[in-house]
Amino acid sequence: MIPGSFDYVQANSVPEAVALLEQHGDEAKILAGGHSLIPLLRFRLAAPAVLIDINRIAGLEYLQETDGVLHIGALTREAALDVSPLIRTRYPILLDTSTGVADPVVRNWATVGGNLAHADPANDHPATMLALGARMVVVGPAGERVIPIEEFFTDATFETTLQPSEILTEIRVPAPTASSGGAYVKLERKVGDYAIAGVAASVTLDSGGLVTYAGIGLTNVGPTPIKARSAEQSLLGKALDDSSIHQAADLAAAASQPVSDMRGPVEYKRAMVRTLCVRALRKAHARATGQEEGGRV
Amino acid sequence: MSTHHISVTINGTVYEDDVDSRTLLVHWLRDHLRLTGTHIGCDTSSCGACTVLVDGKATKSCTMLAVQANGRQLMTVEGLEQNGQLHPIQEGFHEKHALQCGYCTPGMMLTSIALLQNNPNPSEHEIRVGISGNLCRCTGYVNIVRAVQYAAEKMRESAQVPVSAGEGGGQ
Amino acid sequence: MSTEVHKHGLGEAYKRKEDARFIRGKGNYVDDVQLPGMLYGDIVRSPYAHALIKRLDISAALKVPGVLAVITGKDLEAAGLAWMPTLSGDTEAVLAVDRVHFQMQEVAFVVATSRYAAADGVEAVDVDYEPLPVVIDPKKALDQDAPLLRPDKKDRQPTNQIYHWETGDRSGTDAAFAEAAANGVVVQQDMYIPRIHPAPIETCGCVADFQKATGKLTVWLTSQAPHAHRTLFAIVAGLPEHRIRIISPDLGGGFGNKVPIYPGYVCAVVASLTTGHPVKWIEDRSENLGSTGFGRDYHIHAELAADKDGTVQALRVHTLADHGAFDAAAQPTKFPAGLFHICTGSYDFKHAFVDVDAVHTNKAPGGIAYRCSFRVTEASYLIERIMDTLAREVGKDPADLRLQNFIKPEAFPYRSSLDWTYDSGNYEAALRLAMKNVDYEGLRREQAEKRARGELMGIGISSFTEIVGAGPGKHFDIAGIQMFDSCEIRVHPTGKILARIGVQTQGQGHETTFAQIIAAELGMSPDDVDVEHGDTDTAPYGLGTYASRSTPVAGAATALAARKVRDKAKKIAAYLLEVGEDDLEWEPGRFYVKGAPGKGKTIQELAFAAYSNCPPYLEPGLEAVNYYDPPNLTYPFGSYICVVDLDRGTGEVHIRRFMAVDDCGTIINPMVVEGQIHGGLTQGLAPALYEELYYDEDGNIRGGNFQDYLIPTSMETPHWETDRTVTPSPHHPIGAKGVGESPTVGAPQAIANAVVDALAHVGVRHIDIPITPWKVWQVLNEHGLAAD
Repeated sequence: MIPGSFDYVQANSVPEAVALLEQHGDEAKILAGGHSLIPLLRFRLAAPAVLIDINRIAGLEYLQETDGVLHIGALTREAALDVSPLIRTRYPILLDTSTGVADPVVRNWATVGGNLAHADPANDHPATMLALGARMVVVGPAGERVIPIEEFFTDATFETTLQPSEILTEIRVPAPTASSGGAYVKLERKVGDYAIAGVAASVTLDSGGLVTYAGIGLTNVGPTPIKARSAEQSLLGKALDDSSIHQAADLAAAASQPVSDMRGPVEYKRAMVRTLCVRALRKAHARATGQEEGGRV
Repeated sequence: MSTHHISVTINGTVYEDDVDSRTLLVHWLRDHLRLTGTHIGCDTSSCGACTVLVDGKATKSCTMLAVQANGRQLMTVEGLEQNGQLHPIQEGFHEKHALQCGYCTPGMMLTSIALLQNNPNPSEHEIRVGISGNLCRCTGYVNIVRAVQYAAEKMRESAQVPVSAGEGGGQ
Repeated sequence: MSTEVHKHGLGEAYKRKEDARFIRGKGNYVDDVQLPGMLYGDIVRSPYAHALIKRLDISAALKVPGVLAVITGKDLEAAGLAWMPTLSGDTEAVLAVDRVHFQMQEVAFVVATSRYAAADGVEAVDVDYEPLPVVIDPKKALDQDAPLLRPDKKDRQPTNQIYHWETGDRSGTDAAFAEAAANGVVVQQDMYIPRIHPAPIETCGCVADFQKATGKLTVWLTSQAPHAHRTLFAIVAGLPEHRIRIISPDLGGGFGNKVPIYPGYVCAVVASLTTGHPVKWIEDRSENLGSTGFGRDYHIHAELAADKDGTVQALRVHTLADHGAFDAAAQPTKFPAGLFHICTGSYDFKHAFVDVDAVHTNKAPGGIAYRCSFRVTEASYLIERIMDTLAREVGKDPADLRLQNFIKPEAFPYRSSLDWTYDSGNYEAALRLAMKNVDYEGLRREQAEKRARGELMGIGISSFTEIVGAGPGKHFDIAGIQMFDSCEIRVHPTGKILARIGVQTQGQGHETTFAQIIAAELGMSPDDVDVEHGDTDTAPYGLGTYASRSTPVAGAATALAARKVRDKAKKIAAYLLEVGEDDLEWEPGRFYVKGAPGKGKTIQELAFAAYSNCPPYLEPGLEAVNYYDPPNLTYPFGSYICVVDLDRGTGEVHIRRFMAVDDCGTIINPMVVEGQIHGGLTQGLAPALYEELYYDEDGNIRGGNFQDYLIPTSMETPHWETDRTVTPSPHHPIGAKGVGESPTVGAPQAIANAVVDALAHVGVRHIDIPITPWKVWQVLNEHGLAAD
């Protein structure tokens, strides 16, 4: 309930944040939205010596689509996605995702960057970004580099390929084409919870309705966020119909590694990956073919 | 353990204080400033009884450090009544019997105010989504929805600007 | 009889007087109390479910800046306070001395100058435990070779079984079952109602302030029963009762969680006594869920014997009750299983027999809480579930089966086969109203159509009988104190009233509803009547608010006290108007001379006269007290209908509609009643689909925080629809029965019945609550009904 002691410093720029990270090494933790970190501190499950508050860094909260790329500033709050007409009309998969993160009050502070950098397999954006093929822009002592999302999560829990003094500054999502669509379907025990299971699916179709791109990401059914590669592969060159969708869903379920816990037994979670994958693909298809606009409220 | 000098504007008044890094905003408000209208109901950032507005945003003050509030504008329940005039949300909660034990009420009202500022004509569904981060054990939420609808209508009337219709009105 | 009720005030949706401070954030809850020199306490808790304490080292804790003292079990033992009596005749550890019995059990109490220092102190206390085998399954607790969990009382209780309790006519019941087995129908159902927790949004806590100079101990306490707590503190701590003052200020919900006395309270009192400073102890949510009074945890085996046409004959119930490490259940002393034997419900059973075996396990103590009316939630659940099972067995619609078996209105007062005398009821009217409101026939048609298309829709009914208002002193006591209640009314010279009552609101609106009772009796505005309670120095002795007893008991005391005031006012009026009392008529607010309505005196004039021109043969002043020993309990009732649609892909249960028809007798304030019903229904929804506290095989608690203990939000909670019938209680002065817990008693099985109904056509008869999506999915999968 009450945190242990720590020092607190404020970074006013990205270079300053990087310098502070270099100075304090693994004694430091970045404080962004804080709604994963502060609860950990209150239960004394984490005991950093210093918190580096990056909330005052100007120019890290933005949603901008330019030259075929959606640029999301790492400090962009989930609530900003909730109300963005750009997200609602062109990236409804991101609206599906943001509106499912925790609850609306938490979303005023929770950041997209934090949701990814914390690397909790139970967080929602990793699956969506895996499905979208996003790219992570990070800045460190050696300057800026871009990490494709498939290389961002390692196979250890809560671990990314961010180097010790790097911070995530931007997420880049390819802009949709005329016939691409995506959806994130999250099953939760109640609003505000982590997923029992979540599936993100993004597809692009050619003029004949055949799949040219398929991205499928899984939430909270393994020690890390999961990219369901065989499921994705199985869709390429095919029409999205019941048969191809079910086959992909079976493969996605097979790729999951759920454990039994308070959110359900293994068999159920695996079955839900399948069911949610079907629903996500159907919805992605409907959006790709213009049959459904916008995301959920 | 470092301490920090902070200057925070709460309900229009500037408060200056020296706080430890680890002091939670809710404890600073309640124990140091004696603004006890904001309440604590859980330890997992789930219940929302501690909700205040920070720069206009509904915020769970148990999940923010006091030092993070430096230089910011806060609104707590104590700031809702102005010159003896109740805020429409306070009126609505009273008129519609949207409180019983009163413990979740301050947080619920602050969340509702932020909701209405962003969406002046919410549907019942939008209200239920908006308050889904605030738990109530007593009322079953039906009357809270009615109270927010009441306040929305009062606020629209006094704003006297045409607002585009949301997804439909209330009960 | 209730025909004397004046309508001025009763039945009005009077806006609440207490709102004024709550909407301004000016409520005064225990954690808002701050006193000069106040210290803070925090508790060291056991991580093990069952272990010996080998070593307890407080030296590092004492060095933490701000920590002033650490109280241990050994310290308390020296003062005879390491153990305290429970409300169920057991003893409970205050601080463990040599052994811990459940995870989260209190081991030491750190006292410090700030909350933060106290928390640091807790972290610095060093304890070595030697784990012992853990007993989590209550059935295993009864095994021959089960470890004895309570060696402290092995002389009087040599096994883990706390008690065996039974009631009813065993031989008549057995005979009826034999007959039904031969010529009728017998159904049975195993049902587990898991452990849940009332979880009011405000946790438990206190500020204990012993003033050496006066010898007075004042405790601000989250207490639903301040007087009972005062008496218990006096007995347990050996302090003179007239120098103990318990103040329940505003309480942020109770639901039974704030009835027991918790170790934190005792430790705070001891700390104040020893340090000479006020000491505040406020638990956090994990402590609340993990160590304070839980509800339910009943393993029920129920059997029902009926004729072939579904006419019920006999009910036989065997229950295994898991009370955790200490039997700290809060219920009237003579009823260890509470009012569980109301389980014949709304139906005319000729025979019944119930027995309960209670056991210890390595879990947090308690047993009776969460808006349960003393186990009526368990009782009502089992009968409403097994009636549905019977309906399937005999091929009848569940509504028809209930209508066929209801106790008829002319049978009241009705003596049940388990010896309760129900005061009044009209079950058929309530069910028919609910059915009409939802267009029951239409729903059944819709269900048939949907079923043909493979859509799973269910309709569930719960026609419950409640039993509240404990209770007649001959049978009902809490720790030996009879369960009467009280009201004291003082009318000031200018005709304004200050009244005090012995019950204790936690949100039920007593400051308004009790003012309305008095206002109605005296023909005044409730604005002119202020009601106080919760301070044992000023409020008359009462047994507190839980089990929906306030209106039935204290409400009666209030009406009768008001009538005493009116009776004395009548004497004064006769004196002033120079007529005999028999020549006076009453209309709300005024006595007047029969035949000369212009000649009268208002109650305000009579109040002033009581102080200024009092008849020489009367005492001056205008006040009255009533201590009310109810002649019987009251029996609110209702019928709820729930409509659900199941998601065949995920197993999620979507509640499409919930219609609640309640009958609580005379309604004091319909707005307050509706609010109580909304809230109670939500606390019925919660156990049906969401909430559960359980322990893994090592005794680790699961669901012990608000991330995993699934309190419904505004999104899970449906839009509740409510309606009323009114069947007054014939023995209550204003005919009121109480309502607070009815919806929590009635709702879970309406939802459970609806889910089972959606699957009954494939042979499903029962799914244990909470009915989680995966439980539903497993059933769907087994029956080939799972889809996308």
